[in-house]
Amino acid sequence: MTEQAPVLILLFPFLSAIVVALAGIRMKGLCWPLVLLSLAGSVCASLSTLGRVLDEGTIRYHLGGWAPPIGIEFRIDGLNALVAVTVSLVALITAIYSKISVEAESKDKVSQYYAIFLLLIAGLLGMVITGDAFNLYVLLEVSALTSYALIAMGSKRATLAAFKYLIMGTIGASFYLLGVGYLYIKTGSLNMFDIHEQLVLNNLEQSPTILVAFMLITVAVWIKMAFFPLHAWLPNAYAFAPTTSSSIMGPLVTKVMIYVMIRMVLTVFGPDYAFEVLNWDNIVVWLAVIAILAGSIGALAQKDLRKMLTFLIIAEVGYMVGGVWLADETGMVGSIFHIISDAFMTLCVFLFAGIVFTKTGRRNITAVEGMFKKMPLTMVGFIVGAFSLIGIPPTAGFFSKWYLIQGGINSGNWEYVVALLISSLVNAVLFFRIIEIAYFGAKPADGHDDHHGEDHSKISEAPFTQLVPLLGTAALLVIIGIYNKDIVSIIQDFLLPFNLGAGS
Amino acid sequence: MTSNIISFTPVLVCLVSLLAVLPIVLLGKKPNLREGATFVAGFIKFGLVVSMLPTILAGTKIEYTLWQILPSLSIAFRVDELGMLFALVASSLWIITSLYSVGYMRGLKEHSQTRFYSFFAVSLSATLGVAFSANLFTLYLFYEMLSLATYPLVTHHQDKEARTGGRTYLTYLLTTSIGFVLPAMIFIFLKTDGGLDFVGGGFLSGHIGPTEALVLLLLLTFGFAKAGLMPFHSWLPGAMVAPTPVSALLHAVAVVKVGVFCILRVYSGVFGIDFLADLDLGVIISWIAGFTIVVSSAIALTQDNLKRRLAFSTIGQLSYIILGMALLTPYGATGSMMHIAMHAFGKITLFFCAGAIFEATGKKYISQMVGIGKRMPITMTAFFIGSLSVIGIPLAGGFWSKFYLLLGTVETGQYAMLIILLTSSLLNAAYFFPIAFRAFFCKPEDSLFEDKVEEAHPCAVAALSLTALATMVLFVYPEPFYSLAEAATRQFMNF
Repeated sequence: MTEQAPVLILLFPFLSAIVVALAGIRMKGLCWPLVLLSLAGSVCASLSTLGRVLDEGTIRYHLGGWAPPIGIEFRIDGLNALVAVTVSLVALITAIYSKISVEAESKDKVSQYYAIFLLLIAGLLGMVITGDAFNLYVLLEVSALTSYALIAMGSKRATLAAFKYLIMGTIGASFYLLGVGYLYIKTGSLNMFDIHEQLVLNNLEQSPTILVAFMLITVAVWIKMAFFPLHAWLPNAYAFAPTTSSSIMGPLVTKVMIYVMIRMVLTVFGPDYAFEVLNWDNIVVWLAVIAILAGSIGALAQKDLRKMLTFLIIAEVGYMVGGVWLADETGMVGSIFHIISDAFMTLCVFLFAGIVFTKTGRRNITAVEGMFKKMPLTMVGFIVGAFSLIGIPPTAGFFSKWYLIQGGINSGNWEYVVALLISSLVNAVLFFRIIEIAYFGAKPADGHDDHHGEDHSKISEAPFTQLVPLLGTAALLVIIGIYNKDIVSIIQDFLLPFNLGAGS
Repeated sequence: MTSNIISFTPVLVCLVSLLAVLPIVLLGKKPNLREGATFVAGFIKFGLVVSMLPTILAGTKIEYTLWQILPSLSIAFRVDELGMLFALVASSLWIITSLYSVGYMRGLKEHSQTRFYSFFAVSLSATLGVAFSANLFTLYLFYEMLSLATYPLVTHHQDKEARTGGRTYLTYLLTTSIGFVLPAMIFIFLKTDGGLDFVGGGFLSGHIGPTEALVLLLLLTFGFAKAGLMPFHSWLPGAMVAPTPVSALLHAVAVVKVGVFCILRVYSGVFGIDFLADLDLGVIISWIAGFTIVVSSAIALTQDNLKRRLAFSTIGQLSYIILGMALLTPYGATGSMMHIAMHAFGKITLFFCAGAIFEATGKKYISQMVGIGKRMPITMTAFFIGSLSVIGIPLAGGFWSKFYLLLGTVETGQYAMLIILLTSSLLNAAYFFPIAFRAFFCKPEDSLFEDKVEEAHPCAVAALSLTALATMVLFVYPEPFYSLAEAATRQFMNF
């Protein structure tokens, strides 16, 4: 069974998508348990794969027994094993949460919703574990098409937002396909590792075709991850989507694209090519700085809770892009670690936003008014997520900043360090604004006389299926923070052969 | 030097009050039992701290590594003389403050008392965590924890004023800690290849150049904004919207002293006094501190709100502590560390009195307190003793720390600082004595109060009498604070 674990990661959600769609015809009640079951299977498979990677090193799984470069190869090392665990875990947590909100928001389309939801997860997980550049394109489209559908199922404005996303997403995907085409012309291969070998063997470093391919692929993933200024599709798409959709896409889609970028930079083109031959890493770091600041400023301007969070995603994307292009080993560790920690902290705050929306039916941040009294446990979960985004120890977010800032100092990119610190402070403002409203109420009370006496308002927590995922995510954030050493050592082992060194 | 002891006790000291939150919340509906839990935790905490005192006085350190969080970095505890001194002050005053809180909070029938006691306990955990931190990282962890845990206390009233005060509070504290301390810490981490453990004589020497040292020193001095060094002091007067027990323990003792404690720790344990002396960096800090002392004392003179006057006085007194260490001389350092304790007892008495007056009469402004001595004789006598200590006049413990600070200025020949300290003492007298004087000696027709004696809640009166008494005892017998400060100085200066 463990032999087949790599493909099972993908197959569980993929096949159960069909089962769920069929189940919807007669037995609607079965959909949710089926989704949970398949995603739990996926989590187990990815965990066992991670275990095997740690024991045996890189796993090469030939799909259908066809040997590469002809056949499709799943090649799993420390990096994508970690990301796969993250993706499947986030998916499972969101699925648990989704029960109430999916039933409320897409009443007569529950089974369709879940089928598409599972396909999205399958696409994302596939992108993470595949070792084939063209296969990645296919899965990219799978996840993109399902995303459009998942967004369009939201409120009225979601349709237009999904259309905008569709246009941008298609441009991105086309760029990627073109890039892969150029690579294929020059190297005759679609297998990522094979492409790299061919590049080195044939001394293609100076080839303009490869340069164009690199540019196309980089821009393509930047569009897909909403790297400023290619971000315009994201805020509305995620803000108006159904809450489950934004809870799954907010944490995952952008993070998986960061993974793809890292994979392209390190494995396909190689750090020597990406950082040294081209020598544009300083420009990219500056772009990342602008992205971080723009995302933070954008978030400050929002009154809609989920929209504010979407701008935070844009800032966080800046963190990770910058961290990669610092061309410093610690910075790279920070970026990869941030993929994991950011997935969970974004999940945490999006789950909170979802709970607020189900409870109050309001999108504005003032909806959280008085929640410390009414929903103390929910607020605890939210506060942990917020602290992680601000970067307060010992949450996971603190440690990603710890490594990213070290990378910035090591490579002498002080502008990046400053941007990170500013963004942390902006996050503090953003989240304490919410905490303040939840604590004081939207309008300042006149005196404190009316507050005297013990609690009047009743406690009315979020339903169990929503509260448990939120608190679980919050707990994970602390656990990841405390055990960050172990995760980081896996990342460092993965980075060892690339010999990144310190600073550019 | 004897070898160090590995013991779980320092961790336990921090855990006690953290765990106390559980019974406090569960017993929320039964106030007497709930406060009982606070007291039990307080006494256990104090007992544990005292149980370590003989070991520390014998020159042995107590260590415990809780969790290795990065390969070269762990959450670790280490009890030395300086930490012990601070822990003694904080844990003993927590018990007295709890006593006072019972009187104050019940007297005023405050709302959400369960929340109040819970976060108070968490704050104390963080404070003791700072005191016993073995490295800069652990220190930072508890420092942030303290900032956040005190927010619900500062904004306890949940009205407009509390909201503004709370915003200022967090803005100042988080901006400086994330903006200044965090990058400085990571920079040091990189420069020393992962060493952040406090060492008696500092560890930065040889790792960084003079310019870097200056920048780091400024980042770390202003970064710990809890110390109230100007221009990062405005959060403290803003935080006075909190209920008085919070202002008393947190904003005269725990929070602000954590600020100066961190600065002392960084000077002695990270930079090293010798390294600072070699680079001649002490002078810069002493001028910044000196400026803060004079300006804040002058501002205090103009405040009519009693708690605000006390807040500005605190800002000035905190800078005494920083100034003392920045003199980089043995006497200065001893005085500086003793002042942590002496000022704590004096200032907490003053805050207790301010709160007692408010609770009994509803008066906040000094101009409304003419003749109050007739109505509240015990409170105002305690106030007088507290002011003696803060000004530094014999018969109160504050005299000794000022005495050593003055010796320190003479020792280095920084006579400008001597003048600053003396001027400040005069200013202190000028803003404290009139309050006590007019409370007792005013023409009968000017008095705003009737002759009837009517004190605050007995718990509150007991608490303030205890601290006032302690202030006087410390003049006669300034132990164990003197021995601890003196031993710590020997550690830092290597003589």
